[in-house]
Amino acid sequence: MFVGAVFFPLLGATLAGFFGRWLGDRASQWVTVLCMALAAFCGVSAFIQVALGHAPAVIEIVTFIDVAGFEVNWALRYDTLSVVMVAMVTFISTLIHIYSVGYMSHDPTTPRFFAYLSLFTFMMLMLVTADNLVQLFFGWEGVGLASYLLIGYWYEKESANRAAMKAFIVNRVGDVFFMLGLALTYWTFGTVEFATMFAGIDQHLGDTFLGMRSLEVIGVLLFLGACGKSAQLGFHTWLPDAMEGPTPVSALIHAATMVTAGVFLVARMSPIFEQAPVALTIVTIVGASTCLFAATIGCVQNDIKRIIAYSTCSQLGYMFFAAGVGAYQGAIFHLFTHAFFKALLFLGAGSVIHAMSDEQDIRKMGGIWRKIPATYAVMWVGSLALAGVPFFAGYYSKDFVLEAAYASHTAAGMFAFICGCIAAFLTAFYSWRLIILTFHGEPRADHHTMEHVHESPWTMLVPLVLLAIGAVAVGALFVEYFVGHEWEAFWNGSIVNGAANHIMHAVHEVPSWVPLAPTVIAIAGILLAYVMYMAAPQLPAMLAARFHGIYLLLLNKWYFDELYDRIFVRPARRLAYMLWKVGDARIIDGMPNGVAALVLEGTRGAVRVQSGRVASYAFSMIIGLVVFVTIFLLGATR
Amino acid sequence: MNAAGFPLLSLLTFLPLVGALIILTVRGDEKIVASNARWTALWTSVITFALSLILWVQFDKSTADFQFVERLSWMPNLGLNYVMGVDGISVLFVLLATFLTPLCILASWEAITTRVREYMIAFLVLETMMVGMFCALDFVLFYVFFEAVLIPMFLIIGVWGGARRVYAAFKFFLYTLLGSVLMLLAILLLWYRAGTTDIVQLMSTPMPAEMQTWVFLAFFASFAVKVPMWPVHTWLPDAHVEAPTAGSVILAGVLLKMGAYGFLRFSLPLLPEASAMFAPFMFTLSVVAVIYTSFVALAQEDMKKLIAYSSVAHMGIVTLGIFTFNAQGLSGALYTMLSHGIVSGALFLCVGVLYDRVHSREIARYGGIAKVMPAYALVFMLFTMGSVALPGLAGFPGELLVIVGAWRVNPWVALGAATGMVLGAAYMLYLYRRVAFGRIQRDELRALFDMSPREHAIFAPLVIMTLWMGIYPQSFLDFFAASVAQLVSRHEAALGAARLAGM
Repeated sequence: MFVGAVFFPLLGATLAGFFGRWLGDRASQWVTVLCMALAAFCGVSAFIQVALGHAPAVIEIVTFIDVAGFEVNWALRYDTLSVVMVAMVTFISTLIHIYSVGYMSHDPTTPRFFAYLSLFTFMMLMLVTADNLVQLFFGWEGVGLASYLLIGYWYEKESANRAAMKAFIVNRVGDVFFMLGLALTYWTFGTVEFATMFAGIDQHLGDTFLGMRSLEVIGVLLFLGACGKSAQLGFHTWLPDAMEGPTPVSALIHAATMVTAGVFLVARMSPIFEQAPVALTIVTIVGASTCLFAATIGCVQNDIKRIIAYSTCSQLGYMFFAAGVGAYQGAIFHLFTHAFFKALLFLGAGSVIHAMSDEQDIRKMGGIWRKIPATYAVMWVGSLALAGVPFFAGYYSKDFVLEAAYASHTAAGMFAFICGCIAAFLTAFYSWRLIILTFHGEPRADHHTMEHVHESPWTMLVPLVLLAIGAVAVGALFVEYFVGHEWEAFWNGSIVNGAANHIMHAVHEVPSWVPLAPTVIAIAGILLAYVMYMAAPQLPAMLAARFHGIYLLLLNKWYFDELYDRIFVRPARRLAYMLWKVGDARIIDGMPNGVAALVLEGTRGAVRVQSGRVASYAFSMIIGLVVFVTIFLLGATR
Repeated sequence: MNAAGFPLLSLLTFLPLVGALIILTVRGDEKIVASNARWTALWTSVITFALSLILWVQFDKSTADFQFVERLSWMPNLGLNYVMGVDGISVLFVLLATFLTPLCILASWEAITTRVREYMIAFLVLETMMVGMFCALDFVLFYVFFEAVLIPMFLIIGVWGGARRVYAAFKFFLYTLLGSVLMLLAILLLWYRAGTTDIVQLMSTPMPAEMQTWVFLAFFASFAVKVPMWPVHTWLPDAHVEAPTAGSVILAGVLLKMGAYGFLRFSLPLLPEASAMFAPFMFTLSVVAVIYTSFVALAQEDMKKLIAYSSVAHMGIVTLGIFTFNAQGLSGALYTMLSHGIVSGALFLCVGVLYDRVHSREIARYGGIAKVMPAYALVFMLFTMGSVALPGLAGFPGELLVIVGAWRVNPWVALGAATGMVLGAAYMLYLYRRVAFGRIQRDELRALFDMSPREHAIFAPLVIMTLWMGIYPQSFLDFFAASVAQLVSRHEAALGAARLAGM
């Protein structure tokens, strides 16, 4: 069961990837779906056994590397933290596989798509079940590869290739820090295995590295790695571009699972972060800034998928600052609920795009809600959950996260609380802006497209409905376990809160207005969107004209791409060319070539000796021989 | 005698030469000669490889001693002997050489049409020299093989190469020879002092620190060119570009390892103090190599040149790992050497597949290959990822170990090595994108055939090795664990002794 949950997807990927041509499209689709369903079954049973039955397990497979104490094993670690992820990933991935059967039905190379999708799931599962940092890194890079392949799935599109490369390289920048963090971890603890590492923390509290505390440095390095994967401020530029991939990919990888790996890493390393207050403060501030920053951009974007992408970025910020204030459980809870409603939103958006003949610009939509009522309904559910409206899944987790920020009573925590509240307002605003512009008002698409607007096939609707149920229910269902009264038994030590960290209790003692605030704010946001886009549709244009500078700044995503292009990409290109043409060709090669030219001059004279006559060569050889023999004999006789 | 019961290493070394002699005797119609030469070369190299597997099975991993040792007196008056033997450091390189040669011969099956007989002879001679070099336990014997490798390679580049083959061949030859002359002087010095050139005996003959410095520099001149280290690397791109595909594979796969092997076999154990003294210098050159050549690779317009520069960057990781003097760094360096032998060899073969069809190495002429050659695109992707050290593929364990080892010595050096991860991803993915992705623009590309059964046969073993080395590296690391441990402990002991003497 434990092994099956991880390896069934790999089986599916292998079958579809290598034998797809013989199996045919249909068969390879359903083979992967079947494998995923089996994995999901195993994953959920594992969840019941490990998380609810409190029976963690570690399955060692084989030694990976063992060099003079640097010992790494392939192993599957099942504790509550990993099993929450396993169950969520397998379940959502199965739904998305089913959805893709319908969504990708017109694609000529579906086996390839399903192979990638299953490969991704396998890598993600390896990541969450890792019992050491190296295996985690294996999954970490593996999901990066799958993400690269899937973003660039339509490889004939130049923009898709560009986005895929960007995603991989930006992630790699983060991975450099991960790798260095791993090295420091090893030299601090003498191991990279979680259990041994966490057991030894007390002995290494005082270790220093370059004058700083080692644990702090490890925390910061690993967090920088997490920033790359989870698209935090500064590393976020790849995520919106990643929307070039097919929509199911965006739902699975760039919303529900892969991008949350960074949060998972912080939670997994909680024993170390607990001893690294500076690192945690950095996590809080970066998370809070990201959540606000991404939300501001989301308000003015016009591509339906990009809006949701920025929303994802913003929600990841929430998760990070929750972890930053020490409420890792809350971060994982938000991760868990977010996976449902954000996958739902993306798949809903996919359904809209499918209906609109691949149109993604919400300015060219509108007036279609009667034609695709099911999609319309699930988009409402997803948005309600995202905005944190009471009793939907997002309400429980977002509320908890904001309360935790408030309850931490630190400056960074308050900063996070304020950013989080503003972002909550903006979240509600852009969610309803999206709904209103997409579904209501006058149709803005051309006549031809409007005629073709149709509801999606059942393979797409069933996953949507199931996810919608999840987006409604998982919050209420699991709140007691994740962050409620049973949290200690549920987590069973897989997440560690330090001795001084009482946040899980303090949350319940915040002033009574704090839990109410998010709800009120969200409703205000919805009302504003209603006013601006339904009641007074001329208002947005007016505002855009009035505050032109700010509007442009947001529309162009705070000019991050331009900035990076200016300071990284272009100088790198120029430097590369210069090193090649000047450094290699002129300087390094110039010297020997110059010497060669000199020698050539000098040897013009010597050429005459080389007459080509064998007799004269033989003669000079004999002379030489004589000379050598003479020298030898002289030496021997002496 | 030894574990195999017969002189296995000599057999491995000289069997290819026997094959070459057989080919030499074939006479008759040109076509028949060519076909005979191909088959004989293939069979010879396959049999050699099969025999070399005995090493894999019978090698005792628990000891750092030399195994399968053979000893014949050669020039007893001068203290020169014919000594062969392998330890954990060299045994896998012997296997690497015997593994790659049959694949190279297969890869040349249709690509080489002129002077097939001579080509096959050159290749078999090359194999003899490579295997001999890794087995030699006498410094002079080593030197003979070390230098003799140049001759067949020089011919392969100069005769069957591309348009500028003569320039490239001479550059290759002169660069590598120039360094070696200094090494010969150093060898003479060692022989003069110790009265023997037996490597095992030399290791137990300590040398004054002053002299170590000079000998180290002499070795450095030879090995650094072979590695190649920055800034003496420029012969490599030219040689690769002009060499035929199989020549590039051997050049990248085995010949580049000779320099690093030399550092491991001679500089480190014989000259511990000088090695320690020069370590910062070596780190600097290595980090510069990683970053500098990665940038240069980014700007390349020729596929082979790009991969050649990437080789220099990878070898930078290797030299960096060697001079960390700790088990992780050394094991990582050895592992990177092996994985680079497989992966970059495979990448050159990938380029060869396209070159055979389109007769161009210019990146701009391609684009959209994935559409018409899906199987090829998959294989190419695999090796691309292997080259950027994706975990689970061959490149990763070595790079991980080197970075871990380097961190111990100096975190900034580790950071320098790790930047290679980003730049490596950049140039390799950029290459892949321009070749395989995009829309096909040229009609000639539309009609390309996917890989032939022969090409499948070439790539299959390489794919298996890449995955195996990535997923279960311990099966290889076991081979050199004992030798590396001994190298480290001896190095530390030697430094400790020197420190004591200094006090």
